[in-house]
Order: sequence, then C-alpha cells, then structure tokens
Amino acid sequence: MLYNRSSFQSSFSLREKFFNLDLVLLFSILLLGIISIFAQFSSSGGIFDYYSKSHALRFSVFFLFFLGVSFTPIRFWHNSSFLLFLSLVGMLLFVKFYGVQSQGSRRWVNLFVINLQPSELMKISIILFLSNYYHKISEGDVNKIKYLLYPVLAIMAPFILVLTQPDLGTAILILLSGVVVTWLAGVKWKIFAYLSLAALIFAPIAISFLKPYQKSRILTFLNPDADPLGAGYQIIQSKIAIGSGGLFGKGFLNGSQAYLNFLPEKHTDFIFTLYSEEFGFLGSVLMVFLYSLITYRIIKIGTETRSIFGKLFCYGFANAFFIYVAVNMSMVLGLLPIVGAPLPILSYGGSSMLAIMFGLGIVMSCNVYKNNAIG
Amino acid sequence: MLSFNSSNIASKTRTIGRRMFLLNSIKAVVVMGIFVRLASLQISEVSKYRSLADKNRFRETKFAPPRGVIEDYFGNEIASNTRIYQLHITPENTPNISKLLTRLKSLINLSDRRITSIQKKIIKQKKWETTIISDNLTWSEFSRLNLFLHELEGAIPIVSVARIYKNDASAHAIGYVSEVSPRDMRNKKYLSKLNISGIAVGKTGLESTLDEDMLGSPGYLRYEVNAYGKKIKQVSIDNGKKGKTFRTTLDNEVQLFAAKSLENVSGAVCVMDIYNGDIISMVSSPSFNPNSFVHGINQNEWNGLLNNRDKPMINKAISGLYPPGSTIKTLTALSALENDVVNSRLTVRCKGYIDLHGERFHCWKKEGHGLVGMRTALKKSCDVYFYEVARRLGIDRLANTAEKFGLGKKVLQNYREEKAGTVPNTKWKIRELGKNWYLGETLHSGIGQGYFLSTPLQLTLMTAQIANGGFKLKPRILLHENDQVSNLQKYLDHKNSTPGNIMSTEDQIFNFGLQPLFRNQENINLVKDAMFAATNEVGGTSYRSRHKNKKFMFAGKTGSSQIKRFTEEQREAEVKQENISYLERDHAWFVAFAPVSNPRYAISVLVEHGGSGSSAAAPLAKNIIKKVLERHQGRSSYSNRKMENI
Repeated sequence: MLYNRSSFQSSFSLREKFFNLDLVLLFSILLLGIISIFAQFSSSGGIFDYYSKSHALRFSVFFLFFLGVSFTPIRFWHNSSFLLFLSLVGMLLFVKFYGVQSQGSRRWVNLFVINLQPSELMKISIILFLSNYYHKISEGDVNKIKYLLYPVLAIMAPFILVLTQPDLGTAILILLSGVVVTWLAGVKWKIFAYLSLAALIFAPIAISFLKPYQKSRILTFLNPDADPLGAGYQIIQSKIAIGSGGLFGKGFLNGSQAYLNFLPEKHTDFIFTLYSEEFGFLGSVLMVFLYSLITYRIIKIGTETRSIFGKLFCYGFANAFFIYVAVNMSMVLGLLPIVGAPLPILSYGGSSMLAIMFGLGIVMSCNVYKNNAIG
Repeated sequence: MLSFNSSNIASKTRTIGRRMFLLNSIKAVVVMGIFVRLASLQISEVSKYRSLADKNRFRETKFAPPRGVIEDYFGNEIASNTRIYQLHITPENTPNISKLLTRLKSLINLSDRRITSIQKKIIKQKKWETTIISDNLTWSEFSRLNLFLHELEGAIPIVSVARIYKNDASAHAIGYVSEVSPRDMRNKKYLSKLNISGIAVGKTGLESTLDEDMLGSPGYLRYEVNAYGKKIKQVSIDNGKKGKTFRTTLDNEVQLFAAKSLENVSGAVCVMDIYNGDIISMVSSPSFNPNSFVHGINQNEWNGLLNNRDKPMINKAISGLYPPGSTIKTLTALSALENDVVNSRLTVRCKGYIDLHGERFHCWKKEGHGLVGMRTALKKSCDVYFYEVARRLGIDRLANTAEKFGLGKKVLQNYREEKAGTVPNTKWKIRELGKNWYLGETLHSGIGQGYFLSTPLQLTLMTAQIANGGFKLKPRILLHENDQVSNLQKYLDHKNSTPGNIMSTEDQIFNFGLQPLFRNQENINLVKDAMFAATNEVGGTSYRSRHKNKKFMFAGKTGSSQIKRFTEEQREAEVKQENISYLERDHAWFVAFAPVSNPRYAISVLVEHGGSGSSAAAPLAKNIIKKVLERHQGRSSYSNRKMENI
C-alpha cells in the first residue's frame, strides 16, 4: 500500500487542491452571485447606483475571500475557532457600548472600510466553536452535565447579547445554529426537552423585555390585514408582488411593485420578492432549486469528510444555511412573521455575505483537505 | 494526537449521520411547503394579486363627459353645453399654496371667503387630487391667467364644458343642474357609482329625472403612481361617452310666447295636443334663471328666489294645487248626464242663491240667471244650476268621473315634483279627515270649490279628453325613437285622410282600439257645444276674449277658485275682486280647446290671484291659442317629415 497516499498527508500541491474543489458547489455559488448582482441592479430601478455597485464589488471581493478560505488548511480553522469565537463575543460586547447605532439598535462596529456586524459572523462562529468542542469530547461524555455547561454558555452569551441589540432575527438564528450542532453531536432529546421547558417558563419574562416594535411584528404576523398600512403593509405588499408575478413573471426590470416603491427593504430582506415578481413561479422554483443544491452539496461534503469537526461544521452550516433561506422565503411569502433575516448572498449586506462566504469557504476547505487529520 | 480510537469516531459518525438524516427529511418537507406556497400565490391566485398590484399602480382621475342635450320638438336646443374656462390646482405640484392663492387674487375674482374654503378643502383631500379654484372664469380673466402662467406654479387653466340654458321660459319644465350635494349622493345610487367630485347633476325637472342617462359614462385619465402617490406617467385616457340627448314635445317658440304672456302675473300655462298627448307648452311664472345654479348661485340671488311672494322656484303647472273652480262644471254636467241623474233638458230657476238646510249657497251673479238649462248654465257658469245638479248627482259619482278624466293623479311620470292633487269623496274624507261627508260640501264640490285640488296640467288633460271626443289620452313630454304612433293619432290620421267618411263611434273604438271615457258620446258633444257657447255666444263668460277669425276660434270655460269666502257684508257691498288685498283675490282659470271646427289643442291658463277667469285668464289664452294654431302647420309637417325619415 505504499503507492497509496497516506490518509494523514498534510500538504497537497496547488493542482491537487484545485481538483479537490467541489465544482458544482463553486459554480452554484457563482451563479447565485451573478443573479444577485442582477437582482440588486433591478432593485435600484435599473441603474448602477451605490447599492448595486457595492453589492457587485462585495461579491467579487468575498468570492476571492471564499477561495482563500477554501485553500487554507482545515486544521487552521479548527485551531483558531475558539479564538475567533472569543474575539466575536468581545466585539459584541464592544458593539453593546460603542457600536454604530441605526434605526434604534446597535449592531455595527466601525472598521473604517466597512461597518462590520459581528452578530452575522457569530452565526458561523458558533457552529465552528461547537464543532471544535464536540470534536474533542468522547460520545460518552456528551450528555454529562459538566460538558453541557460550556455549550449552553457559548450559545446563550451571544444570543442574549444580540437579542438586546436588539436584533431578534439574528439572535434566533444564532440560537438555532448552535442548538442544531449540539443536537447533532449526540445530546439527548431529554436534555433539550428540559431546556425548552426552562425557556418556556422564562419566556414571558423575556417577552416583557421585547421592544414594542418586536411585539407588534409577531402580532402582525398573526393577522396582517388588521393594520394594512402599518406593520402588515410589508407582508401584504410582498404577497401582492409575488402573486402578481404569475407563472413567468413580469420580466427583468418590470416589477411594478418594486419599481414603484411599494416593496419595503427591497435590497435586503425582500430581495426574493422582487426577484419572484420579475421572474415568476419558474424563476422562483429555479432559485429554490439552486439553494437546495447548495445545501445538498454542503451536506455531501460533510458526509465525505472524515473528521468529526469537518462533519459537524458542514452539517451545522448546511442546516444554518437552509434555515436562513427557509426563514427568509417563508417570511416574504407570509408564512412567518417579519423577523429581519436576509437571504444568503442575494440580499444586500456586507457582513451577512462575508459570514456566508466564510462558512462556504470552510466547507470547501473541508473538501479540499478532506483526507487531512485535524489533530 | 490520535487520542480517539476509531470505534469512537465511527460511533460518533453514525449518531451524527442518523440525526442529520432526520433534519434532511424536515428540509425536504420545508422545501415542499415553500414550493406549494409559491404555486398557490403565483398560479392559483395570480389574478387576485395582479388586480391588487394594478390597484396599487394606477390612479384614475375621472371627469364628466359633456352632458346630454335637451331639445324642443324641432330640434332646437333648450338646454345645451357651452365652453367654460376653469382654474384648477394640484397641491402636490404647488410649492406654496397660500402664496399662489394670494397671487391669483390679483388676477381673477377670488374672495377671501372662497380662499379660506379652498384651503380647508385642500387639507381634507389627497395631495394629488385637483382642486377647482374657479369654475367659470371670464375670457379676460382666463387670458390674463395664461399670460402670467409662468409665475403661477401649480395652477392649471382648463377649458371645459358646462350646461347653459338659452332662456328662462322652460326653466321649470327642464329644471336645472348644480354641483352634486351629499344629499344627492345618498339619494341617487348611480352617482356613488360615478364618483366624480363636483360634477353637475340635475336637481329639478327633466334634468333631475333624466340625470342618469344625460350624464353619460365618465371619461378617465389613468396614471401610474408610486407608493407615495406621485404621478409617474399617464397611461391612458378615455374620453367617456357623451350623455344621451333627449327631444321633448315642447315648442320653444310657444314657450317663449307663453312666458312673455305671463310676464307680469304669477301663474301657469299648459298646452296639449289632444290626439297624441304632446305637451306643446308648459310654463310657470315667474321664472328664474337656471344658469345661476350651474356654477353655484350666490346667497343674495338665492334668498331673493326663496323669499319671493310668487314662489318662482315652484313649477305651478304641475306642483301648484288649486281648486279647479267653475272649470269643473264641465265634468259635473257630464257626470250627471252619463249617470242619467238629469237629462240635458233640466231647467233650474236661479235667483242668485239657494237655501239648503238653513245654509245659503250663492251664485256668483247676485241677481241670479233666471230660468236656465244646462247649455246656458255652462255658458254663463251659473252656480245655482250646478248646485242642483251636484245635489242630485252626489259626490262619489262626480269624483268617479273626475278621476276618469285625469284629476287626482299625476299626469306625467317625468317629474319628481309633480303633485297628484285631490279628488274628494265620502271615503276620502273619512280616511283623511275622519269626518262624514256633508251635503253642503257636495254643492261646493259641484262648482269646483271645497276640497277639490288640481294642477293646471290636470285641467289641460281634462279639457283635452273632452275635446277629443272623450277618449283616454296619454300625455307625454319626451319623444323616444321607438315611440309607437298612438291609437288616437291613427284615428286622427284616418279621419283627416278620408274626409266625409263618417264612422260610427263604435267602429272608431273598435278599429283604432280607443279607450272611451264615456257611456254616450252625445253627452261629451253636449258639453263641447256648451263650451263653444261660453266663448262664442253673447252672454258667454269668455265672450269678450273670443277670436272672430274662424281659424282661431276656440271653446272654453272660465273658472275662479276661491281663496276666501266673501262675508255677507262684502257680498252686500258688492265688493269687487280688484278692491281686496292681492293675496285674498281668487285664482283665475281658463280652460279651452281649439280650433272649434276640428279641435286639436287643449289649453289651460292659471293666473294666481287674478280675480276672475274671464278677465284675467281668458285674454291670455286667446293670444296663446292663436300662437299655437299659427305654429300648427309647421309642427304637423315637421312631424310628417320625421315619420318619413323613420
């Protein structure tokens, strides 16, 4: 078996690395990025303005970043995950007191080049951190109270920090991403049941801390027609836009709802609405297919990866990625309340795209270095 | 570094794989859910959301098309449209509204009060809706506006059309239009459907009843607007459909002549074709200027109309109720003959009064008419004779005949303001007043006083139905393309085309499907003959107003309806009508048909507080009859030409 490479070979030539790239995933991401540039262009009313320009620039830069992450050994990401997590918690604390304020919440830290939103990166970092954590722990220890303390603390700290920014949507996504990894690692149902029960008991107390606008969003979801010009306006207009798109859509740059400003936040949370209005049912199904394909390829890489860290991260990230897509689409389709969750890559937003590309890069890195030992 | 044994890793991998499989199944379900939702929104409910999106997208400005025109019989426009000059502003395009209004004040006639009301209105409505600053500018104001238009940002000069009435003579028959009121919106369903602010709608007369058809279908301008309501571009324009034009039976020239005849009195004139029921003329006096209402009447003019003693806003021809007075003696005589209560040879001695159960009933002639028969009684309008006839006839049979001849119910269906009047009988009195009928009231009713109330148009119809030989007539004021030639008209055409061919009454009725109002036509002829005598024989009540020219000779009956009974003292003192106060004088009536040789038209003239029919009403009727007969040739040839065209 000497002619066979060792499973624990640590260095590859660049050529080998390139062949280890998952090209289906790579081109799906590229295609999604190109569609996103067109969507942002349409969202700006058919001109290259600040939004569409900076989105195109960001995607180009972040795509290179993604490739860079892909070719960085997976071991590096494994080793630096704790540091990354800690520094993001630090940034969240920093944001709490010195963050840039916008529309009543402090979410951003001014990095001069961009206003970074640490909470977005936290969505990835929590998966990374927990994958690292469970990579080391033997299966027998997973359900011991002692070993549960860390994960609970690691999830609750960023959750509460982000929730109080306030940013309900991101906080919930961080919570979900963390919980899913924990569960995948083998933590028993029973423990989740106890924790949920505890959460349920504390929920009324937590709700009393919710801002009035957050409460009204939940109420609005339950009956959007009650206040058609207020908070329900967004859901109604979004449904009108999507519904009026029909089978084939109104055509590129012809979405009247978006063009005439009936759509709120059309660059960010409601970008899918605009896309769906212009490209109709067929275009929307294509988009759902593209996101499903990306999710599938991530899961496939996770399955092929031998290390527990890589597996947990890929699965955890696949689930998180899918949740972002599902939550955003369900939201604009009127199936969930408006919580403020961007659609990966398609939505305008630097931090969100950076986080997604970072996550995808690590997944790709898992594939490139799939035979590498982590240690 | 190899701290994990391979079985640990394998077991961990199995757990993770198993749990991931479960999550993937959930993902598949969620994807299906999104797929189904997309399909339901974009495929099943696409039309619902399309229309909602269009509702978002488009905003329509409706505007009224030109209103339908009302013509007289010969096609002359009585109510037509004219070009007017207006000034509109749209608040969203006006940077400074109060500054603009101040500037406008120096250019056009704009009162401070109007400015305040405009500003109030602008606050209430949407900023893209146009506000009318002035809806009827003079040409000089309009040209001045256009000259300074560059300084008046937001002001839009508009050339539009509005109603114009050629004269006041037909103001009552035609009615008038004015700006729609909240009450109109409530009462008229079609208006809420139209939903054009400030549109002129018919308020009275034909303008009111034909309003829906004359409004036409509105035009609209369709704009694409954005979410903030700002107009992006004009998408389409629809000019709407002009309202329907209506032709009436009125003769504009007769209208003008009749109005002129009534110039200095308060009253009404109605002229009717006795064969086809055409209303040739319907005039009420004094009249008003209907054009004043089109652009909003000013308070002074309105108060002047409301407080006028002679009530110019009321169409006396159909809404004025008066006791018919002696004109009803024709029906009293007819009813008695038809019911075989008396025969025409009945004579009564009139000594100026009769006493009945201790009450004295006076004849208008204090010294009495002596021995009179029916013809003379009608000719001289002897009250005592008709007291006797009425006493024998009874009120119920008289009422029956009166109703048959068109009293007590509306003549036309075209007027909301038309009144039905009253034909009293024993049942009516118990129902309305809760009292029994007294014989004395029968006597008063027999000479058209007491409870009887009728409109000038009703008495015209009554006279027309006597004049045409006693056949039921369906009056009309509107002509329609699909009007059938009336049976009476066919009968007339036959009579004219075969002179000398005398058909028995039974054959006439049978051949032409006529509806006789009589049992024996002789009785009708007897009344007609007596009316001839009243006008054309010495001693007749309207002898002084007769036409000597055979062509214009007419037969008529005078009447006066009492406002206030004379006291015994006044009667003894022989007080003349001219000497009592205006509002206590009797109303003067005259009903007639002409020409006597071959009757064609019936007329009634009412002069409020005119004193006596023979002196106040009959001379007016004489002139109008001449005018109508002079126009007859033109009218019938015009109608023949029309027939050929159809």
